[in-house]
Amino acid sequence: MDKNQDNILDEFTRGEYKHGFVSNVETETIGKGLSEEVVRLISRKKGEPEWLLEFRLSAYRHWLTMKTPTWAKLEIPPIDYQEIIYYAAPKKAENRSWDEVDPELKATFDKLGIPLDEQKMLSGVAVDAVMDSVSVKTTFKETLAERGIIFSSFSEAVKDHPDLIKRYLGTVVPYADNYFAALNSAVFSDGSFVYIPRGVRCPMELSTYFRINAAKTGQFERTLIVADEESYVSYLEGCTAPRRDENQLHAAIVEIIVERDAEVKYSTVQNWYPGDKEGKGGIYNFVTKRGICRGERARLIWTQVETGSAITWKYPGTILKGDHSVSEFYSVAVTNHHQQADTGTKMIHIGNNTRSRIVSKGISAGKSSNTYRGLVKVAKKCRDARNYSQCDSLLLGDRCGAHTFPRVEVANPSARVEHEATTSKIGEDQLFYCNQRGISTEDAVGLIIKGYAGDVISKMPMEFAVEAQKLLQISLEGSVG
Amino acid sequence: MSTEQINSDLSAIFREARKPLRVNSNELLDRHREEAFLHFIASGIPEKTEEYAHADLLPAFDRDYHLMLRPPRLKVNPDALFTCNVPGLDTRVRFTVNGWTARVDEPLELPGGVVICSLPTAAERYPGLLELHYNHHAGKRDTLASLNTAFAQDGIFINVPDGVNMDKPLQIVNLMQGNNNNVMSFQRNLAIIGKGATATILACDHTLSDNAFLSNSVTEIALSENASLDYYQVQNQHVEASRINAIFVTQERASRLDANTITLYGGFTRNNLIVALAGEGSECNLHGMYLSDKKQRVDNFTSIEHAAPGCRSNELFKGVLDDSAVADFTGRVIVRPGARKTEAYQANHNLLLSDEARVNTRPQLIIDADDVKCSHGATVGQLDDEAMFYLRSRGISEAEARLMMMFGFAHEIVGRIRLEPLREQIDNLVDKRLRGELTKCYNCVRHCKKTS
Repeated sequence: MDKNQDNILDEFTRGEYKHGFVSNVETETIGKGLSEEVVRLISRKKGEPEWLLEFRLSAYRHWLTMKTPTWAKLEIPPIDYQEIIYYAAPKKAENRSWDEVDPELKATFDKLGIPLDEQKMLSGVAVDAVMDSVSVKTTFKETLAERGIIFSSFSEAVKDHPDLIKRYLGTVVPYADNYFAALNSAVFSDGSFVYIPRGVRCPMELSTYFRINAAKTGQFERTLIVADEESYVSYLEGCTAPRRDENQLHAAIVEIIVERDAEVKYSTVQNWYPGDKEGKGGIYNFVTKRGICRGERARLIWTQVETGSAITWKYPGTILKGDHSVSEFYSVAVTNHHQQADTGTKMIHIGNNTRSRIVSKGISAGKSSNTYRGLVKVAKKCRDARNYSQCDSLLLGDRCGAHTFPRVEVANPSARVEHEATTSKIGEDQLFYCNQRGISTEDAVGLIIKGYAGDVISKMPMEFAVEAQKLLQISLEGSVG
Repeated sequence: MSTEQINSDLSAIFREARKPLRVNSNELLDRHREEAFLHFIASGIPEKTEEYAHADLLPAFDRDYHLMLRPPRLKVNPDALFTCNVPGLDTRVRFTVNGWTARVDEPLELPGGVVICSLPTAAERYPGLLELHYNHHAGKRDTLASLNTAFAQDGIFINVPDGVNMDKPLQIVNLMQGNNNNVMSFQRNLAIIGKGATATILACDHTLSDNAFLSNSVTEIALSENASLDYYQVQNQHVEASRINAIFVTQERASRLDANTITLYGGFTRNNLIVALAGEGSECNLHGMYLSDKKQRVDNFTSIEHAAPGCRSNELFKGVLDDSAVADFTGRVIVRPGARKTEAYQANHNLLLSDEARVNTRPQLIIDADDVKCSHGATVGQLDDEAMFYLRSRGISEAEARLMMMFGFAHEIVGRIRLEPLREQIDNLVDKRLRGELTKCYNCVRHCKKTS
């Protein structure tokens, strides 16, 4: 590679994080540290019923018996769980009308480009905005309620729809599932709850925007989406955090239940603060996301663009239980500088004629490490399952790593499972081809990356696709291998 | 019995055997024992580790075995007892029985200065070579290989000097024979192929009695600059045999290795194939095939480390699983920083023929360099319906069509065998194996010849 190309690479990988500002809002926090008392305190602050407190306490007690997982290809510095603040709430956020909300808060979400004012909104997206531990505002609640759709913050849902929460909470991700899931189940603060009634097609995209603002806090949100029979919803999730020198922990749980003939599209643009170029600071993003296709012909589609976080540990997965159910997973994971990502998916085929498709594209630049880890499992009694997986890695620079650890376990002979993976850098022949047609090396690189990620981006809802495209450019500006 | 119990039993056996091992073996082999055993016992028999994710080693170890600490007085003449004879293939045959080499009449030094002898003889005659190579390639890379290092006393040694083309392939016939005892063996082979030298080695594993066996063997192979080696292993043991077979290869500049691992039959088979491409422009091609039925377990673990620029690796493993057989495949490719212009291709394809059969496949790419072309593919499926229809429409019975297709599936591997007589022989064995004829006898070739 010539020098000029190296420079372009370098520039291309030097994008700046644009959401690193801190908002000056008054925040109420509790003391740092974790104990049974803290769990009780969080539950009390949220005015939760007894059964939920019990759920938290069992999770906490179980967490105490667990060890931090070490199997991922990540170097995680030891985390002192007693140094984290487990609850932080912007003071003027809760239980007020929109006009009374702290203008600083409104300004924050404006600055992030998240429309919370329904009048000013053009895009047909309903938003639940969560800052630190509480939900600031949920838009279009009334419009949605007319169709029987419940879209609210998790805390409100606990108050207004305790039966639904009780019925579904922890059914897909039990608190004992893994270390971070147990931690989340003990101290989760807020999040979103979505319920789409039978036969209803949600008229707009639902979206949750997570923002960490307070320092030294952890964010532990919980999302629960239930799509009843024959319903449809497209759900988007976005997240950002301020630029800080210390690391912050984000351990979330997402549970999705898809009933017979229902369809859920779940899209994420994960853009937590990744740390600076020397790898200082950034969010530790340890997330458990799982959905279940419970009924026949249920569909669950995951799309994710991962550009942020210092460390990502995340494997959105689907349990395909209903016969003829379908799940798809599309992912672009970009790591730069000192970022580490260990991410992928799990497809568990239980029902007959279930199908899954995995398309994962990793892009590594700088000194980062990017790992795909996946599992496709076909249960013994599952007939005629079908899976196709493709996971490609693109290397931009000679000091980054791209690793692939897929796992295929088939216990039924009627299954057809295919897995393919490639790892390469941007080919000199591809660049040469573009160059000789008058496209500069820099544009060619952009073009090639766009094409490389195109399979995934094209699966995203439009608003997100535009944002994702931009993010890709910012995160990678300047890198070819 | 639990693995803890077996680990502590092995510790006791090692302590007890320490003295006879010292008395019986050359210091060059003996000096590695303590450290190797410590390495083994630190983690013990692997359980659900990254390397042994699916391998259930407990049933293989949980038995009373007889371990021979002294060279047995071989009463039988292996030649008379057994002829693993490939028609039309002229080889230099060496036998081992339960890991101990049998005497041969051939001189130590062969045409071109090639040396084939037992490991203890090599330690006496060529201490310099052993100093350089023994346990250098296996080192502390695998806990079970370390267990072998702790106990190993004998095996085949081969040295091909620089620039020599070996006149005939070396055929190592490993026999397991119990005489009413279950036997555990620790065979240790070492092959040193000099600069620009070429060699062909064929290793066959067979069982001669229906006792339970546990063989834990290690083969170290050093390929010097421009050296070239074809290595074939054919495994055909009975269902009570457990075989842990590790091969460690270090390849210098521009050397080439072609390794074919063909597992026809066996109770539990674990193949570790660990290749380090240490010199620029070296190349390795690993091919494997496993045909398993009944309750057999085959676990192929391969690791190819690209440590130098411009190396190429190519890997293809295929398997046919029937009844309640379980197959595991792990294909690890590691590209170290600075290993520019690396090309690594890998594929694993499996045919599942019954409801109870299972396959776990884990291709792994660990890449820390950028100028690379790597790919892997894995499939699990059945015979192609359309191909089946095509054959049926031409009047071929369903059973025969299935056989033809399975044979074709397997032939992609067998077809790569360069020694034509061997290729024909293996094709023949595969055909018999697929027709269920091999499974009837426990010492394959001889009996089959009688039946055919």
